[in-house]
Amino acid sequence: MSTSDNGASTFGVQGGAPLGTVVGGSLSEGVEVKLNDDASVEDIPVGSYVVIQGETKRFFGMVNEVKLAATDARLRTTPANLSDPFVAEVLSGTAAYGTITVRPRLLLPMIAGSDAGLAPARTVPSHFARASKASDADVAQVFGVEDDRHFAVGTPLDMEAVVCLDLKAFVERSNGVFGKSGTGKSFLTRLLLIGVLQSRLSSLLIFDMHDEYGWAGSDAERGTQVKGLKQLFPAQVAVFALDREKAMGRPVKPDVMVEIGYGDIEPEDIMVLRETLNISEVAAESSYSLERHFGKGKWLKAFLDLEGRDAIFELANDININTSALASFHSRLTNRFARLPFLVEKPAQDSVQALMDQLDKGNHVVLEFGRYGDDVPAYMLVANLLTRRIYARYRARQMAETPEKGKSTTPLSIVVEEAHRFLSPAVASQSTFGIIAREMRKYNVTLLVVDQRPSGIDAEVMSQIATKVCCLLDDDRDVDAVMTGTSGSRELRSVLAGLESRQQALIFGNAVPIPVAVRIRDYGSSDSYDSLMRMASHRSARKSSSTNVRSGSASSVRPEPVEGQPAVRKDDEDELFG
Amino acid sequence: MTTSNHEPNRIAEVVETTSTGFTAQCYELYGAPALGSLVRVGDPAVYAIVHNVTTAALDLGRRVMARGASEPTEEAVYHNNPQIARLLATHIEALVVGHGVGDATKYRLPSSSPRIHAFVYCCEASEIASFTDGLDYLHLLTSTSTPAIDEVIAASLRLASECHPDPDTFNIRAGKALATELAGDIARLNAILRGIS
Repeated sequence: MSTSDNGASTFGVQGGAPLGTVVGGSLSEGVEVKLNDDASVEDIPVGSYVVIQGETKRFFGMVNEVKLAATDARLRTTPANLSDPFVAEVLSGTAAYGTITVRPRLLLPMIAGSDAGLAPARTVPSHFARASKASDADVAQVFGVEDDRHFAVGTPLDMEAVVCLDLKAFVERSNGVFGKSGTGKSFLTRLLLIGVLQSRLSSLLIFDMHDEYGWAGSDAERGTQVKGLKQLFPAQVAVFALDREKAMGRPVKPDVMVEIGYGDIEPEDIMVLRETLNISEVAAESSYSLERHFGKGKWLKAFLDLEGRDAIFELANDININTSALASFHSRLTNRFARLPFLVEKPAQDSVQALMDQLDKGNHVVLEFGRYGDDVPAYMLVANLLTRRIYARYRARQMAETPEKGKSTTPLSIVVEEAHRFLSPAVASQSTFGIIAREMRKYNVTLLVVDQRPSGIDAEVMSQIATKVCCLLDDDRDVDAVMTGTSGSRELRSVLAGLESRQQALIFGNAVPIPVAVRIRDYGSSDSYDSLMRMASHRSARKSSSTNVRSGSASSVRPEPVEGQPAVRKDDEDELFG
Repeated sequence: MTTSNHEPNRIAEVVETTSTGFTAQCYELYGAPALGSLVRVGDPAVYAIVHNVTTAALDLGRRVMARGASEPTEEAVYHNNPQIARLLATHIEALVVGHGVGDATKYRLPSSSPRIHAFVYCCEASEIASFTDGLDYLHLLTSTSTPAIDEVIAASLRLASECHPDPDTFNIRAGKALATELAGDIARLNAILRGIS
């Protein structure tokens, strides 16, 4: 460990293994580091972290390019006699050497243990500054250590240090989990949800398309079932189910069986389904005419009850709609909705109210679709309908709040899979999800979108996704969509392309100070449950020893920043805590 | 020319000197140190690497004649013509590669060149190990235009490595220092490396 002028120890040399010296570069392209003789390019994967000790600043950056170079171009055409190990050893690192390009992203405090915060790097280290691999201590300094506000999501690809998400920053805005099919999106989402759930910073409403989150989920890698949120946090999670048959067939019954009344379905819900049901725009818009004709809350049932072509033709004439369009609209809706048992004329209970009651209690709701998860229109109908009504209530509450009273509503994150269907450019302007994504946290409701086709999501919505957790993506359009607007996207692409197809993800955006490629922590073994629950009990112990965090009163206690924690993103703290 | 009353390492005497090197006449005919040897001259010490050894007639106007036509062996030629040893002399040419300043060694040219008649000493192993601990002197060697200097460099490193406790480590260190000096000339570097290994 080196010593600074005032005698305090600095990280510098004490950090990771020395790599080399800065020999050139720029802030936009990254600085070039010539590797020392003993540092092999094979040990420095793209995406790994490097600390560069400048004269007055300490830079933290990510390797975004690895190159082989030679001092003499003739080495390419007339290679030396490398069968002689002596010659090979002499040449490696001298005449033939490796370079890495490091994009400086953050400035670290110069003094170890200093509580000075991190700052974005706006310049580069000077020539011949020494670069070394970031040590675990450096990574902890950047990503924080697991506490009330930070959730350990995994480790950097080539390190043992823990990467933590800043949960407060995470729940403040809409987020996305992307990755092609089979890359572990659900696995990763489940972990993120556990983190948010433990933090109690936000309530969760999870539209669980394939029954992955509620009671149990599947682990494709192990070929076993893993615990869902309900098993881990039974008191805090309520499971709502649409599929009575499937839900009742297991030992633990859902808390609420959801039924949707025909009267709850509004023309906007049908508009969102237009593409999925392949309904023409004219036909879909006729639902507004039907609503005017039959009356709000009655139109759908009345329309579906129509029998015979004559009745439809007559109606078409009455409301001045093309008869064949209306007939085809009628047959599509009848085919679709008539065989959904959860659609009833009079629901036994108001599911939205039951849902709101749970959320108001600070609980989290998982809505399991059971067999209807494969029925995309049914999934979309229910998700959009419920979200619209919940959103309306949140919005009304928020409007009723005044600065004097402070905020009393717990923020809500809505988790939605197959998000591109709700957020495609054609429907994003109409679906409630589109509105939530655009208006963000204004009304205390945010989205966590889980999707395999981010290119299908409206660009405006994508631009509002604050933290992106990205598993492997192959399609260039999907990669483009995810990277749009991200600084340094070129180098992130190479990191993304280098991810393994399972259990690795690139995280960038609000919740992490710099983009990070992580190996996702284990989930599914008894050890993994233990470590998650240990943190949960630690958190609840700390919470109960403090006053109520979300009381909304002026004296509410905020999570204490941990010493040595990054002080980035202090802005807008009042937004959440009042 | 023979002498018997000088120190054992004293091998020659400077007869011609420049800022970058000197020529010394050996006290013994054929008494030159090996090519690439480190020699020391004067006080304060100036260090040099032997890069050329010449044995020729002392009087450059008189060519040496062949005398062995009727002699059975080469030794017999010298034995039967004892004047030869007086008419011939061995000279060494050395390139200055550093000098001592107090206890320190500087790998650069001294401010003044060695004096004529300064004694030339062969360095002992410990002195060679100490001097070649730093490898900056290789720059002075690689930057001269002396003929066959690459052979001299390889020879000097071979000799130096024998004086170090771990010759292989020294060779690699020296090789890497050379690779830095000859970064733009990989062919020359290869030739020297072949000479070392």
